Amino acid sequence: MHRIHILIAMDGHTIAQGARSVKDALERELKMAALADEVRVVETGSLGIYNKGVVMVVFPDAVYYAGVKVEDVSEIISEHLIKGRKVDRLQYTDIPETETTGVPAPRFGKQVRVVLKNAGVIDPDNIDEYIAHDGYEAFGKALTEMNPDAVRSTVKESGLQGRGGAFFPTGLKWDFAAKETAEQKYIVCNADEGEPGTFKDRLILEGDPHAVIEGMALAGFAVGATKGYVYIRGEYRMSIDRMQRAIDQAKENGLLGDNLFGTDFSFDLEIREGAGAYICGEETALIESIEGKRGEPRDKPPFPPSEGLWGKPTIVNNVETLANIPQIILKGAEWYKSLGTEKSPGTKVFTMVGNINNPGLIEVPMGITLREIIYDIGQGIPNGKGFKLAQMGGTTGGILTSEHLDLPLAAENLREIGSGLGSGALLVVDEDQEIVDLVTNFVEFFNHESCGKCTLCREGTGRLLERLEKLSSGEGEIKDIDMIEELAVVMMKGAFCGLGQAAPVPILGTLKHFRPEFEKLVKQPEAVA
Amino acid sequence: MENITLTIDGKTVTVPKGTTVLEAAEKLNIKIPRLCYHPDLPPVSACRLCVVEVEGDRLLRTACSWQCQEGMKVSTRTQTVRDSRKMALELLLSRHPMKCTECVRNNFCELQDAAEQLGLRENRFEYHERKGELDLSSAAIVRDPSKCILCRRCIQTCELVQSVSAIGLEGRGYEVWVDTPFGKGIGDVACVSCGQCIDRCPVGALYENDHTARVWAALDDPTKHVVVQTAPAVRASIGEMFGMAPGSLVTNQFVTGLRMLGFDKVFDTDFTADLTIMEEGTELLGRVKNGGTLPLLTSCSPGWINFIEHFYPDLLPHVSSCKSPQQMFGALAKTYYAEKNGIDPKDIYCVSIMPCTAKKYECGRPEMNDSGFQDVDAVLTTREAAVMMKQVGINLPDLHEEDYDDPLGISTGAAVIFGNTGGVMEAALRTVYEIVTEKTLDDVEIKDVRGLEGIKEAEIDLNGLKVKAAVSNGLANARKLLDKIAAGEAEYHFIEIMACPGGCIGGGGQPIPTSEDIRKKRAEAIYLQDRKMEIRKSHENPAVIKLYEEWLGEPNGHKAHELLHTHYDKKSIYKENAA
Repeated sequence: MHRIHILIAMDGHTIAQGARSVKDALERELKMAALADEVRVVETGSLGIYNKGVVMVVFPDAVYYAGVKVEDVSEIISEHLIKGRKVDRLQYTDIPETETTGVPAPRFGKQVRVVLKNAGVIDPDNIDEYIAHDGYEAFGKALTEMNPDAVRSTVKESGLQGRGGAFFPTGLKWDFAAKETAEQKYIVCNADEGEPGTFKDRLILEGDPHAVIEGMALAGFAVGATKGYVYIRGEYRMSIDRMQRAIDQAKENGLLGDNLFGTDFSFDLEIREGAGAYICGEETALIESIEGKRGEPRDKPPFPPSEGLWGKPTIVNNVETLANIPQIILKGAEWYKSLGTEKSPGTKVFTMVGNINNPGLIEVPMGITLREIIYDIGQGIPNGKGFKLAQMGGTTGGILTSEHLDLPLAAENLREIGSGLGSGALLVVDEDQEIVDLVTNFVEFFNHESCGKCTLCREGTGRLLERLEKLSSGEGEIKDIDMIEELAVVMMKGAFCGLGQAAPVPILGTLKHFRPEFEKLVKQPEAVA
Repeated sequence: MENITLTIDGKTVTVPKGTTVLEAAEKLNIKIPRLCYHPDLPPVSACRLCVVEVEGDRLLRTACSWQCQEGMKVSTRTQTVRDSRKMALELLLSRHPMKCTECVRNNFCELQDAAEQLGLRENRFEYHERKGELDLSSAAIVRDPSKCILCRRCIQTCELVQSVSAIGLEGRGYEVWVDTPFGKGIGDVACVSCGQCIDRCPVGALYENDHTARVWAALDDPTKHVVVQTAPAVRASIGEMFGMAPGSLVTNQFVTGLRMLGFDKVFDTDFTADLTIMEEGTELLGRVKNGGTLPLLTSCSPGWINFIEHFYPDLLPHVSSCKSPQQMFGALAKTYYAEKNGIDPKDIYCVSIMPCTAKKYECGRPEMNDSGFQDVDAVLTTREAAVMMKQVGINLPDLHEEDYDDPLGISTGAAVIFGNTGGVMEAALRTVYEIVTEKTLDDVEIKDVRGLEGIKEAEIDLNGLKVKAAVSNGLANARKLLDKIAAGEAEYHFIEIMACPGGCIGGGGQPIPTSEDIRKKRAEAIYLQDRKMEIRKSHENPAVIKLYEEWLGEPNGHKAHELLHTHYDKKSIYKENAA
């Protein structure tokens, strides 16, 4: 029996800061101090503390340390573990309590953890810990006490909307696939997170991979699919490794495979790695990629629930969507609806980036305002600068200005102002930012990531970039701004897929709110002497 | 069939379920502009020229792919639609070199047509050259990616119609281009040279390797005796190059035009088509009698030969050893014809006019010089032959009719139907039936092997031996038959395979555009020519009979084998891996 547990966050950020060496040092020195039997070091996902170096939490005291270096390890052991005195200079104290998990966690404040309830709490590489936190209970319940119709109705009643960005009702999507009769159906988890500033799916996968597996298995049961693919962005090495270990453990424990829970339902999973194309996050391009083809979107209809992977009915759901499923089944639709707004129930995981004091991953109930996120949870804008705009949902997201600070963030409200919640990336921009530089940055991204299939997106993004660069170089004219606007309008209505249709959103948004900033760059006629 | 009623620009139209908006609009005589759409191929919705507004939809829809729904209200001429189409076209044109007068497709270019249709009078973008290098690696096909508009019709054709997939897309974003695997060049990958990509290219990004200059040089050279042979299918299509309707049969005007160009003799590949029936029919009967490899596969179509060499080399023993009619002709022109007329074969320059681009590759094959010289010196496509006539002001429809020269211009109705899918089979059955049964065939028209379906089957009773035959056109269909043979499930004696859809009338060297409707009309013209012929069976061709009597000896005899037969070898997928 271990007296003390040290949870050390092992995610992309912390590993880059030396989390592995710190963990090795901890284990080495614990052994030397003859504490190895008393203190257990556990790797966990993100603890929700960002840009603060290596982060760990010591239980049962729930003391957080940040910015831990290898040379600090002996002090933590001798002072805290042996003498029971906290190392004040390393302690991270901004940690109000949360009610959902009962575990103290940093900056939880207005956060409600559903999807992230286990992240930073359990060892994601150990299926027993997931099971100990009610893991696979929903799956067992569904298979032994419910039928597929009941699972789908529960998800429908919960009002869960797809968290990939489109906010399509998940239960409805499942119905489309369920009513198809086909020998084979598929569940695909879209973990090709490519939206700049978005890293929620990575942290969910790294922190709680079994929640995603359980969500996929439940989806499979609900629509009659026996095979699943987790399509993970290739750069997400740790997500891939953790997910593979989780799949292996689930198989060993009889939670994936044939005749699950003694029923005639079978479900199996495989990982497919994406090769870095942004477009492969679009569900039909993702399907093409799994089929081994060039990642390009397909014409819709037919939609994937009727004709998807290899022409078979296929459900493509986002990581966050799937991670919600087990708890909806376990706790019921009413519980889920008690969170969030009436039309957009539940929580949303956001990643805060840009000019913000406390960037990182948060999970909040739908309906929270931008002001609360930026100024309460995010602790405001650095150096007391003024707020200029926020872009919600990644590079294709809408532009929110100070007039939107108190708008409750929910899919329906954002749709009304021509925006969306998108992937959940929240880019905060302060008053010093030049708008044209910002937009140029977006368009460079689109131009690079357009798949090249349709004329408007392929050529249009290139020409948008050309005109923006002309403006920035001081050679632009008013007609260049007009062309940018005209191209954007045409692309929005006429491009093949969501990429080309949404790329204009931030362009038109910034033009609407900050047009003078474009116009001030226009070449002035030379003064006549 | 369930019907659907919708309105387009306020007019009501009723169409069968599954009809696209583009097709429905055509019923109302509204031609929606399009570039990536081709009637032979599934829509890809890439060019965005055919966008329309559908009431209630936030997005514009592509008419080529959007299916009609009951009660749908479509607008094809709103400002939003016009602006979007104009923008798409300006964007495409700004990546196109606009060297129209130097282009092989000048005046029959779909990009020009679209600009004309949209009344484009400006382009607000500067020209940016498209990536990709001029590819001169093939004996048959030239690729110029700088002209490409990325409609993907070539890629789809190669993959879906031919199941070859020698080309695909490279790069992404602003810099996307069509390329061969690993950028090796179209001549150095498993391209079969069929030229179907050329037939579907809307612009001049794909065209044949030009032989007109070398033909002019031969015609200009007083020491050369220049003979020309015309393939069966050309007479039923070349009129289209001069504005005539598809299906116009111009056989003897074509002969006149060729004489006006200065050819010393105008001969007909139909002569060696008849000869092919004698050789191949004999080979078939021999294999049946002696337990040889069956089914026997025809060998007239050089694109098909390339295909089996690349993809099914293990099945090569099934292929007939007969050379194609073009190559039999070349071998005879420089031996039999030269000898009979006292011409030194080194002075004979042998030109063929073919509906085909693979023939350009075939004439340069190392196997094809049994006369002691390259048997065929130059191959003009139907299009190139028309270009040469136009260059010197010959307008085919205005010409009177003249006859082919003797003896290599004498032929039968069985030979001309080689131009259609099923034609070789029909011609062979006409002859084999009469030789084996020693009875006269009452009706020479064997309908089971006619028509444009991908795979056809027929059975004929030869004195108790039921000969089972199959016919395929388009290499994707050939692949199905080959898979059956490889699996041991093909119970046929004889299979005719043509690389191109519809056979030679749909060949890669034929006038552009092509479509099922156009191929059908050309095929009808070929059957009309057959009906017009006095003799309709190859073994009754007097010139062929004479050739055997006075020079060749027996079909499949020693001399015939030397000149008229060959063998083919396995080819690797990439040149550097050649065995």
